[in-house]
Amino acid sequence: MKKKKQDKSQDRSKILDCLWDFQNQYGYIRDEDVAACSKDLDISQVELEGVISFYHFFHRQPAGQITIYLNNSIVSECKGFQRVKEAFERETGASFGGIDPSGQFGLYETACIGLSDQEPAALINFYPFTNLNTLKVRSIIARLKKGESPASFCDKIEEKIRWKPPKDKTIFFRDYYPGIAVSKLKDYSPEKIIEEIKKSKLSGMGGAFFPTGLKWEFCKNQPASPKYIVCNADEGEPGTFKDRALMNEIPGLMLEGMTVAGYAVGANQGIIYLRAEYIWLKEKLEQTLSHFRKMNLLGENVGGIKGFDFDIRIQLGAGAYVCGEETALLNSLEGKRGEPRTKQFFPTEKGFLHLPTVVNNVETFCAAARIIELGSEFYLNTGTANSPGTKLLSVSGDCHLPGIYEIEWGTQISDILEKCQATDPYFIQVSGPSGQCISNKELNRTIAKDDLPCGGSFMIFNENRDVLNILINFSEFFKHESCGVCTPCRAGNFIIQRKLNKISAGLAYSSDFEEVKEWGNIMKVTSRCGLGKAATNSLLMALDKFPEYFQSKVDHHKEGLNKAFHLEQAVQEYEKFNN
Amino acid sequence: MAKQNKQITITIDGKKIKTSPGENLVKAAKTNGIFIPSLCYFESNESPLGTCRVCTCNIDGKPSPACMEKTREGMEVEVNVDELKNYRKAIVEMMFSEGNHFCPGCEKSGNCDLQHMGYEMGVSRSRFPHIFKDRLIDFNPKRMIIEHNRCVKCRRCVEEVLTDDNLQVFSFCNRGNETVVGIDYEQEAKLSEEQALNAMHICPTGAILVRGQSFAKPFGDRRFDMKSVQKDYQKQLPPENPDKPREPKTIATISLAGCFGCHMSMLDIDLELLDLVEFVEFNKSPLNDIKEFTKRCDIGLIEGGCCNSENVEVLKEFRKKCDILVAVGECSIWGGLPAMRNTIPLRECLEEAYLNGITTEPGEYIVPYDTDLPKILDKVYSCNEIVEIDHYIPGCPPDAHHIWKAVMNLLWGEQYSVLYSEFKYD
Repeated sequence: MKKKKQDKSQDRSKILDCLWDFQNQYGYIRDEDVAACSKDLDISQVELEGVISFYHFFHRQPAGQITIYLNNSIVSECKGFQRVKEAFERETGASFGGIDPSGQFGLYETACIGLSDQEPAALINFYPFTNLNTLKVRSIIARLKKGESPASFCDKIEEKIRWKPPKDKTIFFRDYYPGIAVSKLKDYSPEKIIEEIKKSKLSGMGGAFFPTGLKWEFCKNQPASPKYIVCNADEGEPGTFKDRALMNEIPGLMLEGMTVAGYAVGANQGIIYLRAEYIWLKEKLEQTLSHFRKMNLLGENVGGIKGFDFDIRIQLGAGAYVCGEETALLNSLEGKRGEPRTKQFFPTEKGFLHLPTVVNNVETFCAAARIIELGSEFYLNTGTANSPGTKLLSVSGDCHLPGIYEIEWGTQISDILEKCQATDPYFIQVSGPSGQCISNKELNRTIAKDDLPCGGSFMIFNENRDVLNILINFSEFFKHESCGVCTPCRAGNFIIQRKLNKISAGLAYSSDFEEVKEWGNIMKVTSRCGLGKAATNSLLMALDKFPEYFQSKVDHHKEGLNKAFHLEQAVQEYEKFNN
Repeated sequence: MAKQNKQITITIDGKKIKTSPGENLVKAAKTNGIFIPSLCYFESNESPLGTCRVCTCNIDGKPSPACMEKTREGMEVEVNVDELKNYRKAIVEMMFSEGNHFCPGCEKSGNCDLQHMGYEMGVSRSRFPHIFKDRLIDFNPKRMIIEHNRCVKCRRCVEEVLTDDNLQVFSFCNRGNETVVGIDYEQEAKLSEEQALNAMHICPTGAILVRGQSFAKPFGDRRFDMKSVQKDYQKQLPPENPDKPREPKTIATISLAGCFGCHMSMLDIDLELLDLVEFVEFNKSPLNDIKEFTKRCDIGLIEGGCCNSENVEVLKEFRKKCDILVAVGECSIWGGLPAMRNTIPLRECLEEAYLNGITTEPGEYIVPYDTDLPKILDKVYSCNEIVEIDHYIPGCPPDAHHIWKAVMNLLWGEQYSVLYSEFKYD
């Protein structure tokens, strides 16, 4: 049997950049671009089409000179998404999912763009416009029509750090002076760094909570080289924007964390996988990178350590939530479809280009840099015994003070709600749609690894929000973002959504609820990666936690009939032939 | 592969088996006579795909697909646990609901892994509603026809079908529910006849066909036509409670949007029918031409789904007049062949049938509509979309013995084993 030859891996990993060039230049990727690019890379056209069609910011049809992506996440929906959507359609003459007849404007919905504290928000040619309303949309479109560029009047994203612990306990948002962590490296051997990180009990802040020190050690002990440090800056979980805040406020800290990791495991190259929704942060990151290179915090003999060369580049994603899953991210970095890999190897064994790779998210790298800067003792002094340190929460939804909260692990939910002035919480979604929901009867629970582990998203909904509406939004999200590789996630999310619509319409019997529970569980057990496994988490929890609400949705008068069927509706189409 | 001298012991469902280390679990189980259902897995591919999830088992207590596991000393595997059987069955059902699988009209029937898994697991219906998404049948490739309705996205072709220059002929395109397997016409044209046939053969369903080759083997002689891979699925066990006295019962039957094939099948038990009528009285039924219910019936057998308003009325009446309703055959279970129209808007169907069709009489350009005619529904509905259905007997048509074994069980509690060859239909 023939074996597939080795990819031109290094060339191929530039595919996304190459596709971005076409997309930016022509507003879409033309047939001739596909032909040329696939020829260059020596892959078949269909393989390249497969890559292009995986990422929703790549278009094969013209997408307008001005492309507008309006966020359709649940928080946006609560804050007036529908009205803003209509306003965009009215003002531009285009319908969502396409362009206007002149080809000037393209309107598209997109999943959470990391601006949940300022919803409804949109990206216009990838520049952020926030707190939208009908009037603001009208004025934006008028200015765009006059020829003003979106860059010239987009909203400047100011980070609202609403709360942080006392100074001796703050980890992230304390004063930052570039280079302190890196300058300490020369006092440590790589082994000592790993030991220090292990001592601090730091674990992955993206939501999986794998012990960071252990991960670094696995990677360090791999014989293969070169090794890579990858920073997961693809925070796609709806409601999360804390990595945005870190990169917007203290980008250097993240770079230092990556450098520390590079030193510890013996890597020379770091890659930041930046989600395309944050293109507007790229320039700032590039500036910081070149500043760091000038300061010898990156480059050759970093921090004055002889023989320690380390540099970092940025790889832009192109719109795919599942790429936040580390193995999917690695595939994407290699210029492939961002499908999660099978779990045969850890990335620390076979990661980027099948070489040992550390993948951590922005917050984890920042924490690692602080641990080296402040010492593990300092870090252990905050939080709880099992989860030391602090955690950044992105608080959004029905509260007066949405924004970033740096809390100590172990903080009670009620405490957070008080701080953000959420006066009538009813349904709280911790860690985004794939996390957990809690009801207002559980406010004494704590954000901690042994109670409510939280990846960063914290969305609050009051009693006026319809629980099913929230769940349907989540299921729509998963349906769209599933990579499509495994059956339960690809088909399951679609099937579940239909069922939820039925329940929402008041046409469900109690047997429908039993079915939803069973089906949700099947997806949880049999899906291939975390996306499918977690997709029905909130649904299953909500069914348990809001029994009265769901009871009110049950039709108890069954009489052997299925009331979802309406004869009048079913013959409506045929009645049109009556003349 | 050379060092196979060292044997290890693993446990499958409490049974200790000896095997060589590092072997694929599905294969190792098979060698030892244990059937683990699987679909995307095929033995010639060294790195398993793990896409379909049909082989989900408990590996050392944790659910995981067996095809992704290599045997190792002391491994504990659970296969035939009710919970796992249910999960695996659900995944196969999901595939049937997601695609448009009309087995009686499929070239691959009898050679199809998906169909085969359905039989082996005893899938009598999908618990999930059918999606009926309009999908392409692509006649553009030089040698192949790609039937997207039947694709289960197993990825075998994506990984295995390469040109001599090692270029992919197939690739996944789009994502989520929109995922399709795209084909590269240019590369497809470069495949040799042998390579193209290989593509058709590794496709577990009838999604990849090679022109002029798909009927090379006749129905009846195909891989999964008669024999199950599970031994006890082919053994006729003696019936339980056969001597219990049979109370007289009343049956009603009806054919809605069906072809009467199921009714023909009911007659296929031949002489046994004479025994049966001693205990059974037929009320409303096309078999005796009684048009109206004259009494309440113990059981109602429904053939066909609902395609018009009359079907709906009749079905609702059956629900009122019968204690137990049984959906007999594919059409009543999920729509069956008539549901082929479900992916196309009604207007287009009617216009094609009455206005634009080549058999339309010149000058007769109307779609029939009259108050005396039943009204046509926007799609073909399965019976359980209209009323509650108690039991399902699958098949197109179901085997006569399968029907009557099920009915006798429901009426008198008698128990029979349904064989693979009886469950296997179309």
